[in-house]
Amino acid sequence: MKVSHSEVRRIANLARLRVEEDEVSRLSEEMSRILEFAETIRELDTEGIEPTTHVIELTDVWREDEPRRGLERARVLENAPHDDGACFVTPRIG
Amino acid sequence: MARDTAAEPFPFLLREIASGLAQGLFSPKEITAHYRERIDRYDGDLGCFLHVAEVSGDTDTSECAPLHGAPIALKDLLVTSDMPTTCASRILEGYRPPYDATAVKRLREAGACFLGKLNMDEFAMGSSNENSAFHPCRNPWDRDRVPGGSSGGSAAAVAARLVPASLGSDTGGSIRQPASFCGVTGLKPTYGRVSRYGLVAFASSLDQIGPLTIDAADAAFLLEILAGHDPLDSTSASVPVPRFTETLDGEINGTRVGIPKEYFSEGLEEDVRERVEEALRLLEGEGADLVEVSLPHTRYAVPVYYIVAPAEASSNLARFDGVRYGLRKEEETMMESFFSTRGAGFGPEVKRRILLGTYALSSGYYDAYYKTALKVRTLIQRDFLEAFRSVDVIATPTSPTPAFRAGERLDDPIKMYLSDVFTISVNLAGLPAISIPCGFVKRGKALEERKNGDAEEEAMQGGADLPVGLQLIGKPFDEAGILRVADAYQRRTDYHLRVPEAFS
Repeated sequence: MKVSHSEVRRIANLARLRVEEDEVSRLSEEMSRILEFAETIRELDTEGIEPTTHVIELTDVWREDEPRRGLERARVLENAPHDDGACFVTPRIG
Repeated sequence: MARDTAAEPFPFLLREIASGLAQGLFSPKEITAHYRERIDRYDGDLGCFLHVAEVSGDTDTSECAPLHGAPIALKDLLVTSDMPTTCASRILEGYRPPYDATAVKRLREAGACFLGKLNMDEFAMGSSNENSAFHPCRNPWDRDRVPGGSSGGSAAAVAARLVPASLGSDTGGSIRQPASFCGVTGLKPTYGRVSRYGLVAFASSLDQIGPLTIDAADAAFLLEILAGHDPLDSTSASVPVPRFTETLDGEINGTRVGIPKEYFSEGLEEDVRERVEEALRLLEGEGADLVEVSLPHTRYAVPVYYIVAPAEASSNLARFDGVRYGLRKEEETMMESFFSTRGAGFGPEVKRRILLGTYALSSGYYDAYYKTALKVRTLIQRDFLEAFRSVDVIATPTSPTPAFRAGERLDDPIKMYLSDVFTISVNLAGLPAISIPCGFVKRGKALEERKNGDAEEEAMQGGADLPVGLQLIGKPFDEAGILRVADAYQRRTDYHLRVPEAFS
């Protein structure tokens, strides 16, 4: 599968990742090579094979619905790039 | 090369340090100072640490069994409430987590003294530690070579005896491959054995925390502390945790060791194969039965991995948005800020994998790539389950080559990915596996030497001894089985006790 320059830009947009123009051609070439390599799996007959998303059996777990303390607000906001003492502050949405 | 243990002021195995502390032969302060001095002396050159902790050894950890204040260092993707956690990424530079990972908490409660946070490939994506955003880490056996990755700092620090043991994480070989390159013991437990709570996620269905140690008995000692169900990780298994250390009796008579022929084929360097075959003969001489087995879907493991792991990573790394922690590039709008923050904060390999994963999951490609990969993952898992009907453990080389030179594979992502060709299928199947040192091979010191006419001869003369790793793969939740064989091998060999000359 050849990943075109415009395809790289489209995927980068979906991933919310700024990719500089000079990175686009390198990424297009590298992604094409890696996908071509990955495509060897398509030579197998996988008809009727169940996909494995997780290797261990997971069962639902129940617990009492009791209130618990979360992290201290001040401790959490210590890492915030921008806050007002109570909330995270971000640029405007849009 | 061999170490003169009589001249050492302190024991170097973790359990012996813990027992020395318990008996009061030396204090936590003395042992911490000893390792701190080694870090100060050697790490400027090696680059194992991203953060060295300010520890006095005065804390009351000495009261806490079973570690009694013994020093340990952590790969920098385990969150720690008292040290920064960066994942070797600019996007988390300076991040101080408000809590401890469960594995960290358990070690703390067991009396560990943390010496610091160890270097790695950014977000655990890489096989050479060259993707660290801060500085590379070198291989103590030959500083022109990589320590492997992604837990490169964790392996190199133990190899150079800057710490007696460390924790790493393994998504496709990230504990075992660097353990092999650095000549230390590296254990990846069964998926679900150790809680992943507080392990910064790369690929959630593959990631597992494990110890890097000098020997298998120390790995067993640490696994007893780390293992067990954790209500904070829904994928941590509710299965009993055996006393791993008590199963190590050196006895392997009658153990059936499977040799998968697909792992001894092209790409495996000849002298690496010889070292591994010597190890297998030693096991056979001690009464183990060598049985040929087949894992027919082996060649599809790396392709499957490079669809599944990036797909999971692209989803996991969506949380780095510059809102709540980490780097933020201020822009007019939130959306612009996401693009700028992530564009500036992630390195090239991380970007490549986020894009690959986004592509594999995107509309129109999901069935062809992601879903097909998950089906092939089933076939790979079935191969192992089938093989384990007739054997107790499976033995393979850990990596097809010894440590490669820094820079050698940077321009070729597929070549880099293939250094994990023997480790990746184990993660896809969720099995436990350990890499142990099984000998040395010689390689040339500098690139120029190999370009010359008499390359081989010159390479041998000026060459470095590089460690080779033997990988033992076990049945699900049978860490005891592989630790037992590893320990039995180490009772009869001393490769794991050798220290690179410059650090002995």
